[in-house]
Amino acid sequence: MPMSDESPVTEIPVPASSEPTLPETAPAVKRTKRGVPEGLWIRCDGCKATVYKKEVEKQLNVCPECQHHFYVSGQKRIEQLLDPDSFEEWFTDLRSVDPLGFVDRKPYAERLKDEQKRTGLREACIAGRGYLRGRPLVFALTDSAFIMGSMGSVVGEMLTRSIEKATELNLPIVIVSGSGGGARMHEGILSLMQMGKVSAALARLHEAGGLFISVLTNPTMGGVAASFASLGDLILAEPNALVGFAGPRVVAATVKQELPPDFQTSEFMQKHGFVDRVVHRADLRSEISRVIDYCVR
Amino acid sequence: MAITHRLPFERPIYDLEEKLQTLENQWRADVPTPEVREEIRNLRLEINRLKRDIFDNLDAWETVQVARHAERPQTDDYLELVFDEFVELHGDKSFGDDRAIRTGFAKIEDRKVMFIGQQKGKTLKERAECFYGCPHPEGYRKALAKMQMAAKFKLPVICFIDTPGAHPGIGAEERGQAYNIALNLREMSRIPTPIICVVIGEGGSGGALGIGIGDHIAMLQHTYYSVISPEGCAGILWKHSKYANLAAKALKFTSKDLLKLGVIDDVIQEPLGAAHRDHRSMAATLKSFLVRGFKSLSGLKPNELLDRRYNKFRKMGVFEEQAATELVAKPA
Ligand SMILES: [Zn+2]
Repeated sequence: MPMSDESPVTEIPVPASSEPTLPETAPAVKRTKRGVPEGLWIRCDGCKATVYKKEVEKQLNVCPECQHHFYVSGQKRIEQLLDPDSFEEWFTDLRSVDPLGFVDRKPYAERLKDEQKRTGLREACIAGRGYLRGRPLVFALTDSAFIMGSMGSVVGEMLTRSIEKATELNLPIVIVSGSGGGARMHEGILSLMQMGKVSAALARLHEAGGLFISVLTNPTMGGVAASFASLGDLILAEPNALVGFAGPRVVAATVKQELPPDFQTSEFMQKHGFVDRVVHRADLRSEISRVIDYCVR
Repeated sequence: MAITHRLPFERPIYDLEEKLQTLENQWRADVPTPEVREEIRNLRLEINRLKRDIFDNLDAWETVQVARHAERPQTDDYLELVFDEFVELHGDKSFGDDRAIRTGFAKIEDRKVMFIGQQKGKTLKERAECFYGCPHPEGYRKALAKMQMAAKFKLPVICFIDTPGAHPGIGAEERGQAYNIALNLREMSRIPTPIICVVIGEGGSGGALGIGIGDHIAMLQHTYYSVISPEGCAGILWKHSKYANLAAKALKFTSKDLLKLGVIDDVIQEPLGAAHRDHRSMAATLKSFLVRGFKSLSGLKPNELLDRRYNKFRKMGVFEEQAATELVAKPA
């Protein structure tokens, strides 16, 4: 159930700036699809305005004109949400392999290496523990930059271990998902089974009375939406994120009619009862800490 | 049973069968000569050899075609042939009664069970009613409600999987397709009675897994169980669904592959020439498999059962753990 729909981010060509490259952004020429491209100015795909990049970054990668939420890398997300230097990363020894010998237009093993080089990430998941406004918690995320944030064996294993740790340590767990890819095709059925594995771990956390806050960011689709991301005690979503099961293009091709204008947005999901709160990125920290205090004593 | 839906690679079988038929018709009135009897005997042997040859060596894409065969037995056929009784229980008590998932009490020999099975439909009308076997959220909700009732009254559960995938539609999204599948995954992992899941046709991704968490997972020999449909995968990775055969091969999703990957426990053999040639024989094999399965699980206490189920899924996945200096490959 991996879903391929992405909203293309238009990039306007600007001269490369002399500022040092941020760790989370790959070379500008290659980054036409996601994220804030290199350069001094970027075009917002929300309002089409040309906005000053520094200003966008200052506002947590949100457009100052229209509040469009740009992509945020995993590292940046940790800086934005957790207390400074409080994050202790776990499971950094886990490495993806190529269990099927999967080759499409490129061998999977090669694709993994390329993605690692391009994103600076080991995998699509970062997990560990940290503090949020002084509250201890287990924290994990999926980064949509790495093979669309899809879940293969390593992502499934890291999330499962994180949930088991949260259960064992009696800590709340926050998972921020950014997965357009759902379950990763390149690991076939093993990826599908990760959905079962992670969900079973959440059942045990649930039985132990643990708190799970799921934060949905653009995009959260397919097998990720149909497993852990939908199973939070609380589900928060950033504004206008693409959230759903089947990709909008697949749905459009099936129903052969026009889709509602807000179809599969965070607001749509809130309206239909599957998201507790749509929360602006600037308020995420305070909102998460506030709801933790209702559930944890 | 005359089969009207013929797959291209079955052609040599049908050719020989026609030849045999012609010969038999010629000699219907008279006693055949010893030479003709010999020829008929040889033709029959040759047909069986061909069936074995062809169906023992299906490639992944051919397997998909067999799994989708229009005359392949479906859930409603097995309800007739495997079970002594079926008391259908309709509806999710919230939105409606999804015809793509049938649920109810069933009797298999002396055992009372809760039956959950996906149905694709045969006639055009039935296919439309059950969206070609693509369940909506209410189908998953109905299935979960019946399984929770099974837990309450200590009934084991049977899940028959046969779906191209969960329905991709506006209503399905509005009513929480993702949430309802997710909820089933979590809740099925803690239903304290035995659950046996069998892929009887198509195991289409999350739509299949949504009723696929259990203690014993099996596939009929000529079925597939995949993270994505071969057409969908081809569309994304090869940029066109016409490469579905390539995607089918790459995804390694046949019963043989999944057994090797440690994802399923058993492959249930199909009759010579696949299930669509002999519903009764397929049903009989399936029935004895289910009876044996429940017997082997019946001795387990609820806690043992749930621990076993947790560990079964817990160990799924293949990766490396780079401890200090050495690379340790973790088996599936
Ligand atoms: Zn804007």
